[in-house]
Amino acid sequence: MLSRLADSTYWMSRYIERAENVARFIDVNLYLMLDQDPLLEKQQWLPLVVTTGDYADFQARYKEATRENVLNFLIFDAQNPNSILSCLQKARENARTMREVISTEMWAQVNGFYHMVQNAMSSQTTKDFPQSFCREVKQASHLFQGVTDATFTHGEAWHFVQLGRLFERADKTARILDVKYFILLPKVEDIGTPIDLILWTALLKSATAYEMYRKKFNRIDPFRIAEYLILDREFPRSMRHCLIKAEESLRSITGTPVGTYANAAERRLGRLRSELDYGNIQEIIRGGLHEYLDDFEAKLNALGEDLFAIYLAPNPLPGYFPVKGQDQ
Amino acid sequence: MNFENYQTEGFYDELFEKSGNPRAAVAPLIARLKSLPPGDLKRQQKAAEAELLQMGITFTVYGNQEGTEKIFPFDIIPRVIEAREWKQIESGLAQRIQALNLFIDDIYHGQKILKDKVIPADMVKTSFGFRYQCLGLNPPRKIWIHITGTDLVRDNDGKFYVLEDNLRCPSGVSYVLENRAVLKRTLPHVFQSMPVRPVDEYSHRLLDTLEYLAPSTTRHPRVVVLTPGPYNSAYFEHAFLAQQMGAELVEGRDLSVLDGNVVMRTTKGYQKVDVIYRRVDDDYLDPRVFKSESTLGVPGLMDAYRAGRVAIANAPGTGIADDKAIYTYVPQIIRYYLNQEPILPNVPTFVCWDETQRKHVLANLDKLVVKAVNQSGGYGMLVGPHASKAEREKFAQLIRENPRDYIAQPTLSLSRVPVIVDDHLEGRHVDLRPYVLYGLDIYVMPGGLTRVALKKGSLVVNSSQGGGSKDTWVLAENFPTPPPKKEG
Repeated sequence: MLSRLADSTYWMSRYIERAENVARFIDVNLYLMLDQDPLLEKQQWLPLVVTTGDYADFQARYKEATRENVLNFLIFDAQNPNSILSCLQKARENARTMREVISTEMWAQVNGFYHMVQNAMSSQTTKDFPQSFCREVKQASHLFQGVTDATFTHGEAWHFVQLGRLFERADKTARILDVKYFILLPKVEDIGTPIDLILWTALLKSATAYEMYRKKFNRIDPFRIAEYLILDREFPRSMRHCLIKAEESLRSITGTPVGTYANAAERRLGRLRSELDYGNIQEIIRGGLHEYLDDFEAKLNALGEDLFAIYLAPNPLPGYFPVKGQDQ
Repeated sequence: MNFENYQTEGFYDELFEKSGNPRAAVAPLIARLKSLPPGDLKRQQKAAEAELLQMGITFTVYGNQEGTEKIFPFDIIPRVIEAREWKQIESGLAQRIQALNLFIDDIYHGQKILKDKVIPADMVKTSFGFRYQCLGLNPPRKIWIHITGTDLVRDNDGKFYVLEDNLRCPSGVSYVLENRAVLKRTLPHVFQSMPVRPVDEYSHRLLDTLEYLAPSTTRHPRVVVLTPGPYNSAYFEHAFLAQQMGAELVEGRDLSVLDGNVVMRTTKGYQKVDVIYRRVDDDYLDPRVFKSESTLGVPGLMDAYRAGRVAIANAPGTGIADDKAIYTYVPQIIRYYLNQEPILPNVPTFVCWDETQRKHVLANLDKLVVKAVNQSGGYGMLVGPHASKAEREKFAQLIRENPRDYIAQPTLSLSRVPVIVDDHLEGRHVDLRPYVLYGLDIYVMPGGLTRVALKKGSLVVNSSQGGGSKDTWVLAENFPTPPPKKEG
């Protein structure tokens, strides 16, 4: 397929996943705040901005991290490139450039999703009760995934949809864990001290992991929570699961067998996935969770750059061009 | 829907005679429409509009930040063309395209027609559409104009005239195909009343036409549609045609020239392109040959084209015959190259370059339509009888300053077709754009885009100026219809 279209497919999917994550972070926080000490409010909204990685931009334009400011910044601020509105604008623009590639159902879903967000912008209800809006965003994203799965050929373009979604998901899980863990548990030696169950539950819910975590470990334990979100093999939002699935898609594009690689992206992804496959939570905590997650995000970014250079850039960079077969 | 009070108001009506009776061939359609339950037609009209919006069948309006996409308004009452009339249009267009193709080839080679002084050489050389870069070009199979969308109008005398030739990148064919699809779903039973000829063949024919241009050594030619991108007003059509043909929709940045071949950048590396159906103007095709600041084209494309490594449809340089001053010479062009009398007449046209004609134009601005020779889409024109004194004076000044750039035509009283307005029907002016493909043979699609000026009394049918469209029904020949009655 055309590199430009592969790029559009990847970003369409990635922006929709991003919008869903932002909506979920907001939703969980709103729920949490309803019966909490108002003093806590200040501490609880700022981390959301940190999670999306736009702290500097927010600080420059809003100053105070009040509920109103943060909600406006994350939902409707057209100047914030990662607000839900911006995400949907970009997802739809990408979909528009490849209407002859994606299925009509997918186009209709992205188009409808965009109009829903656009209409919500002018409604006071959204500002007063953002919960139902957030739920609609999550649902629309799930619907898009379902429609894509059911109506789109599971070929090359579909694999780029998968890659966009999975990289975004792994990134957001790492970020929410990094930010929240840091707040909830500032020092390594504090592990084991009594902490507020509710806040840990909220962290799990931010990754829709609460119920599934309970089935596996039933006790709320910071150690286990970190292990679950980083290393679980089967939970769809765990970092490891995302990379396993992403690797499957990336290999399907070139047809390279497991254990070998055809280009730099496959090599980097295989290596990162192996680190998680054979990772151990004690080691991770000992080395510093924040350092670990920081390193993970840096590697994920580098992977994104490889992907761009090899498959998506208008002109392939010398030495990056995909070569068939083993290149070791 | 009330047909009883419908008035033709002295205009030539495509569906009704002056007496108010439906034309013989159209009678079954009107009978069907009348038999619909009250309010049904209006409901179907709404359903058709909703469908077009949902499918995103839209065009972009320039100079409008908010809501830049609009649906092309669609009226569900079809426009009908009888078989014998169509036969004349079909042969007239085939003749015209053939002659124009010979003309363009001549202009970029021997220029015999200029040497024989049929057309003033200065007029060709000063034309906005003339591209010296195309001199000596040999397009595959000597075809320059593969896709044409000629604008026809019918005057009060009931005769069809050619208004514009559109030999560069005519658009609108996707609306013809989509209008038909929507109408078939909304009014299936009405179709059964008439022998309507199908238009769906177009995309297959288009692919055949394009593949015909590929170098003969290529067994499976790769055809691509080159678009300026999603912000272009006709982007929907570019995507639609690519989809219908199973061709790749590419932008200039997807293509490059490698070892003399045009290639596209894919996730599996570079792949060779054999035929480009370009929807990008000549000037933007290749920054090394035409406008150097263009980012829509492909550097080196023209070299590959000259070397026969890739085919381009339509060929660059065809805009020479879109010049409205040169248009006035098409009857002579037909006689010169084909030694035939033109089947379809031109609209009588005054060329302001000629001093006598210019004087006549300036003295009669209140009766004429003035048009810039290099513009289309309803831009840069003056409809004299509807214009203010100040507007007329402005155009008089423009004509005096640049006589080469203007032509004038009598204000035609375009034929009308009923459209649904609230709960009744009113007549609105229409034109007709049939599409012609020139490949192995010349194919005239039996149908076309009927554009309708939805504003009451307006003569401007362009979508950018508040025009809409209708499905166009060309009737099959072997259908028993009563002999045509005389008007009146």
